[in-house]
Amino acid sequence: MQLHSLAFDVSHTLAGGLVLISFLMLYQDRLYSLLNVFALHAVVLALSVAWQAFIQDAPHLYVTAAIALVFKAIIIPVALHRIVQRLGIHRDIEAAVGIGPTMLAGMGLVALSMVLMLRVTPEADPLAREDLAFALSVVLLGLLVMVTRRNAVSQVVGFMSLENGLVLAATGAKGMPLVVEISVAFSILIAFIVIGIFLFRIRERFDSVDVSTLDDFRGERR
Amino acid sequence: MMSAVALQMSCVAALLAVAVLSIVLSRSRNAAALIYGMTMAICVVATAVAMNWLIRGVPETSALVLPVGLPWLGAHFRLDHLASFFLVVVNFGGAAASLYGLGYGHHETEPHRVLPFFPAFLAGMNLVILADDAFSFLLCWEFMSLASWALVLAHHREAGNAAAGYVYLVMASFGTLALLLAFGLLAGPAGDYGFAAIRATQHAPGAIGLVLILMLLGAGSKAGLVPLHVWLPLAHPAAPSHVSALMSGVMTKVAIYGFIRVVFDLLGQPTWWMSVIVLFLGAVTAVMGILYAMMEQDLKRLLAYSTIENVGVIFVGLGLALAFQANGFRLAAALALTAALFHVLNHSLFKSLLFFGAGAVLTSTGERNMDKLGGLIHRMPKTSFAMLVGCVAISALPPFNGFVSEWLMFQAVLQSPDLPQWALKIMVPAVGAALALAAALAAACFVKAYGIAFLGRPRSAPAEAAGEVDRYSLTAMFVLAALCLFAGILPGLVIDALSPVTIDILGGRMPVQANEAWLSIVPIADSRSSYNGLLVMVFIAICASSAAFFIHRFASRALRRGPAWGCGFSDPVPAAQYSGESFAQPIRRVFGTLAFHARDHVAMPPPGDTRPARLRIELHDLVWERGYRPIAEAVGFSAGWLNRLQFLTIRRYLSLVFATLVTLLLVLAIWS
Repeated sequence: MQLHSLAFDVSHTLAGGLVLISFLMLYQDRLYSLLNVFALHAVVLALSVAWQAFIQDAPHLYVTAAIALVFKAIIIPVALHRIVQRLGIHRDIEAAVGIGPTMLAGMGLVALSMVLMLRVTPEADPLAREDLAFALSVVLLGLLVMVTRRNAVSQVVGFMSLENGLVLAATGAKGMPLVVEISVAFSILIAFIVIGIFLFRIRERFDSVDVSTLDDFRGERR
Repeated sequence: MMSAVALQMSCVAALLAVAVLSIVLSRSRNAAALIYGMTMAICVVATAVAMNWLIRGVPETSALVLPVGLPWLGAHFRLDHLASFFLVVVNFGGAAASLYGLGYGHHETEPHRVLPFFPAFLAGMNLVILADDAFSFLLCWEFMSLASWALVLAHHREAGNAAAGYVYLVMASFGTLALLLAFGLLAGPAGDYGFAAIRATQHAPGAIGLVLILMLLGAGSKAGLVPLHVWLPLAHPAAPSHVSALMSGVMTKVAIYGFIRVVFDLLGQPTWWMSVIVLFLGAVTAVMGILYAMMEQDLKRLLAYSTIENVGVIFVGLGLALAFQANGFRLAAALALTAALFHVLNHSLFKSLLFFGAGAVLTSTGERNMDKLGGLIHRMPKTSFAMLVGCVAISALPPFNGFVSEWLMFQAVLQSPDLPQWALKIMVPAVGAALALAAALAAACFVKAYGIAFLGRPRSAPAEAAGEVDRYSLTAMFVLAALCLFAGILPGLVIDALSPVTIDILGGRMPVQANEAWLSIVPIADSRSSYNGLLVMVFIAICASSAAFFIHRFASRALRRGPAWGCGFSDPVPAAQYSGESFAQPIRRVFGTLAFHARDHVAMPPPGDTRPARLRIELHDLVWERGYRPIAEAVGFSAGWLNRLQFLTIRRYLSLVFATLVTLLLVLAIWS
């Protein structure tokens, strides 16, 4: 009972930490610090997954945690750092919506996902239940990052953090096979590569990775 | 020995094979004769099989399951009496149209656009009638629609035909959507699409009402119920004439079959309010259809509008049958349904005949506009005689078949005081009055059509130079004309042949007519009313011949030619004859203001001005202007507006996805 309560508290803290870091991501207006926050996001995710592996006694989840740590906390942020350096991208992020309204919207989204999840799953295991609520918040906040930023790199980061939310949801539920998680991790990696190539192409053509230049190119008004 | 349904299915397969063969052969010279000959032979066999099944009247059905279609369902086909009656109508119409096509097909400029689709169209109609599960039914229904659509577009270069095809396609897909929803409701949550399963289920009252409305939309749009008729006068005349005959005379009947199959057979015991909707729509359709026909100057379009009227009459019969059946009056219900089915048969006979005649006029003069015709009775006497029979039959004059079915219909109307519901007690006589109005207007309409096109003097050079058509076309017309007379003087045979159908569907039948003396027909009982077509014909023949005899015997025999009274015109040109529009003018004065917002504009120049005076007639198709054009405009407007969605920025697309997701989550959060 004691252990269960501790297990619950720790996983709760880690998942809540993930939501908090998503909020940090919303607040960043420098690219480098955004990437650092994203790396932190991935580290906390890895910790959370590892803790799930421990309390669920599911060794394959350690693999997931390792993948999250290696790919998301190290390789992808480093690669993005290098891309930003190589491309000489402006390092301040142009937000389409101001920071204040974005934070308010983020709080609304978290409240929504809490209300929804707690109401929809009253008879589920409380641990999985809260985990799911946090995971949905992380997904929605990731989407919010994508929607409110004009810079392609920050949209990529939003996408990756969204995926972190998915992994959190998947590990919170017991019995997710390893194959699924590995394939998800690899698909993210592939998506990252594709997006990276696109970034280079966009940069080559427009001297900027601000996606609004794409819209200008199409002759559309914003 | 093959079962009856297997024989029918082999006929369908043979028709499809002919369709494939015609693709191979269509550019060779004698393909038309071969294809139409084979189609006719197959149709005759199919008619014989169906007729045999109907007349034997054994209380059993013949079923067949083919391992195609949905994997867990298969394709069910079944032959019962209702189906066999409609198969007789379809295949006989097909045989007559093929016979006509043997001659008419030679005038076709692009036969490869007609030949493959003609047998395929017939096969589709056969399949719809044979289908015994909703999936096969809808599939065959669409096949039939598409084949007929291809035939409508056979002359796609002529002005207006492409638009007609487009409107037809839109309306046909709308109708199929309605049918799809209707069958979805019928199958219910269990989702068993076999007709046997649907028949066995007890349907909820709400579902029954919805299914009825969806069937009226789906089958009604194919049959041409007002206000869903708009495609019909565009599409039917656009096709080659023997196909027009099939579409008007036969395809509308397939739609009526679908309605009867679902509403009478699958839905179970009807409730009385269902009949109110059907009666109302039928009466409106009958009156509006014939008013439109009255205003029309194009011969084939006039016939298409007249089809709408006849469909209305048939639906009135079906509505009466529903009303009586709901109250358990099996005899009266059987009478009304027999009248409706008899009219189905009659209309397929005389409407095919009239379209054949119109096609003969078209090949001979190249004109469909009645105001360019005239005097054809001297140049095409045989066609004119057959057309006269058709016009008399469709005008419901004795001793032809049209009179019998309409008379039976009125006999059914006269049973209405027995109905317990006051709404029906008041409504049915009103519908009867509308029916009488439609019948009278139909007579006026066909007097106009025949008088303007065939009597008088030619109004144009092609009409003057017209000649008689080929013998195949004439044979087809005369066979149909003879059958119109035959069904008119021996209606008892038809009524008795229909009795297994009414027993199957309603559980009742009309009295056996074969035992009546002198070939009379008796709808209810001897003491109430009876009709004898043969005696009426003999009476008419004796009166007419004795009148002719007396006139010729006692009046001066000398043939005198004198100056006709010229109505004040010293130089009567053919254009000064009575025209179609002048014929329609009294009717237009009475009904036109209400039904068409008709206005006459007279431009009378002041004295001293040498310009001619002009009379211009303004007619509005209110159904089109008030009903369809706003819908078309709304669709166009919203399409233009939604088109902007195609050119959003990436971030806006993401925002749309995001907003949708959040909205859905909100809905879930609030509702659960």
